[in-house]
Amino acid sequence: MEKNVSRATPDPTPTWRHPSVVANHKARTFRSLVFAGLCVACVLAVMIPLGDMLYMFAYRGIQVISIARLTGNPISATPGIGNAITGTAILTALSGAMAIPLGILGGVYMAEFSKGGRFSEALRFCADVLAGVPSIVLGYVCFLAFVVYFNFGYSAMAASIALAIVMFPYVFRTTEIAIRRVPESIKEGAIALGSTKTTMINRLVLRFAMPGILTGVLLALGISLSETAPLLYTANFANYNPTSLFHSQLGYLTGVIYLFYTSNLSFDVQLSYLATFVLIMIVVALNVVARLGLKRFSKV
Amino acid sequence: MSPKQKSSRIDKIYGTATALLSSSAFLFLFLILGVLLIFSYPSFAVNGFKFFVSSVWNVPTNNAIVVVNGFKTLQGAEYGMTVFFFGTLLTSLLALLMGVPLGLGIAIFLSQLAPRRLASPISFLVELLAGIPSVIYGLWGFIVLGPVLLKEVEPAMAKYLGFIPGLHGPAYSSGLLASGVILAIMIVPIIASISRDVMAQTPTELKEGGTALGLTNWEVTRKIVIPYAKTGIVGSIILGLGRALGETMAVAMVSNGATFLPKTLYYPINSIAAFLAVNFDGAFEDPTKMFVYSLGELALVLLAITMLVNVAARLLVRKGFFGGGAEHVIQV
Repeated sequence: MEKNVSRATPDPTPTWRHPSVVANHKARTFRSLVFAGLCVACVLAVMIPLGDMLYMFAYRGIQVISIARLTGNPISATPGIGNAITGTAILTALSGAMAIPLGILGGVYMAEFSKGGRFSEALRFCADVLAGVPSIVLGYVCFLAFVVYFNFGYSAMAASIALAIVMFPYVFRTTEIAIRRVPESIKEGAIALGSTKTTMINRLVLRFAMPGILTGVLLALGISLSETAPLLYTANFANYNPTSLFHSQLGYLTGVIYLFYTSNLSFDVQLSYLATFVLIMIVVALNVVARLGLKRFSKV
Repeated sequence: MSPKQKSSRIDKIYGTATALLSSSAFLFLFLILGVLLIFSYPSFAVNGFKFFVSSVWNVPTNNAIVVVNGFKTLQGAEYGMTVFFFGTLLTSLLALLMGVPLGLGIAIFLSQLAPRRLASPISFLVELLAGIPSVIYGLWGFIVLGPVLLKEVEPAMAKYLGFIPGLHGPAYSSGLLASGVILAIMIVPIIASISRDVMAQTPTELKEGGTALGLTNWEVTRKIVIPYAKTGIVGSIILGLGRALGETMAVAMVSNGATFLPKTLYYPINSIAAFLAVNFDGAFEDPTKMFVYSLGELALVLLAITMLVNVAARLLVRKGFFGGGAEHVIQV
């Protein structure tokens, strides 16, 4: 009892003291500064490798870049990465054509139609698990399923399916989140004016959510064109352009890097650097558009 | 049919169609698990428990073919995963050891210390780091990091820290340390960007309250921001671990492809993912296909580990909060 009373009693002589005279203030300020310095050191420790990577590959890439090298293939008179650029473009376009509509429409279901029951919970869980599956495992699976069992051979089709599975969960989940951010008032307004749910989604919700959805799509495309492991299993590699989507191996930029970097031939190694430079340029451009460009168009 | 009925029918069709399309998530997962289970079964049957405890992966392709438990295999062939399993764990743990302090330091800098004008370009660069293809990290590790470790870092560490077990011995340009450093750089953006978002959600009243009571920046961060963001931080670390465990190309390029367990921090190493990528061609030299089946079992083990880790992270992050950080969890 007595304790309670004493706690309730205010300090008889309350004095306000400036923080600078509080005990060990100097030591605490010093600690705070040290910690801020450590945080800056962490930033530098990561920025230095990034800067070195960008600088070195830009330097080595610019040294060897030329029209002939960007259009030829590794076995032509002036060895080049033209077929790899074509291959990466085909793979990215084809996998995007499969994963993007699938992901966006799936996301529309999650955000607009699902009632938050077990079905949608399970779907969300599966998408999360899919996003965490190592891409090499996906390569192994798609090799056995598509290259061998469905008899696509090493081909753009088999590789694109593997890439589409990699991309799908990203598009799916970002679409759901982007749509959920569209204000309820806009949806209610459309319904109140007599619009059907279908029209409301297609004309309004998707348009408002588009910057968010596009960010997800661009990041997914970036992931797709930087994959290597699943492609080794499904597209293998080729020094020439593919003749068909089935049974026709093809080259791709990441493959040039991985397969040529330890070559004894200096021009092979140069191709590896050139492919790295081109790939970094694409990734930087995608990031700039996704993170800086689209933010300006964001309506919500 | 009245227009109202017609429109509700269209809505129903739209809803059902999109539900079917989103079910492809089930389909994909079913495909992955199905193929892995079917193709690793022969390996289960032939290798049995030995697969999990043996450190020998030896495929004598010229030996006679024998039948064990109904499946063909090569006489004297041995498929054991421990070298790759422990390689995966060791490289990932090493990556966490370096990546977690770095990532958290960056997150604190971006969310608590840096002025906005500095924070947004650095955020951009950190996120760019997440977008760089792993094969480029591998190439950088091979031509820049490896030589630096071989000539400068590892001899110095062996000289001054050699009394610590595992730090004494010859230097290697590619190996455990190189893989760990590369993986650390790769997981930093995941840890930094998620933790930054969670820390930035700390209510301003709480932080200002702390400052008003005379706490320094560091004390506000340690006693208010970090406890508030704890769940998200732990989630981001586990997600980073998930990425490190499944990383393939970078490790394949800087690990030196060891077939034995490492004796020091500098030794050559291997991981499940890297072994899967590098031995794809070799697998077909085994006429009994047991090599392919055993790779399937390895892939299944890797999938099990990463699934466990990812599910844990996502449950944690989702339970802790739902909002600004959630989409970053799936974007990285």
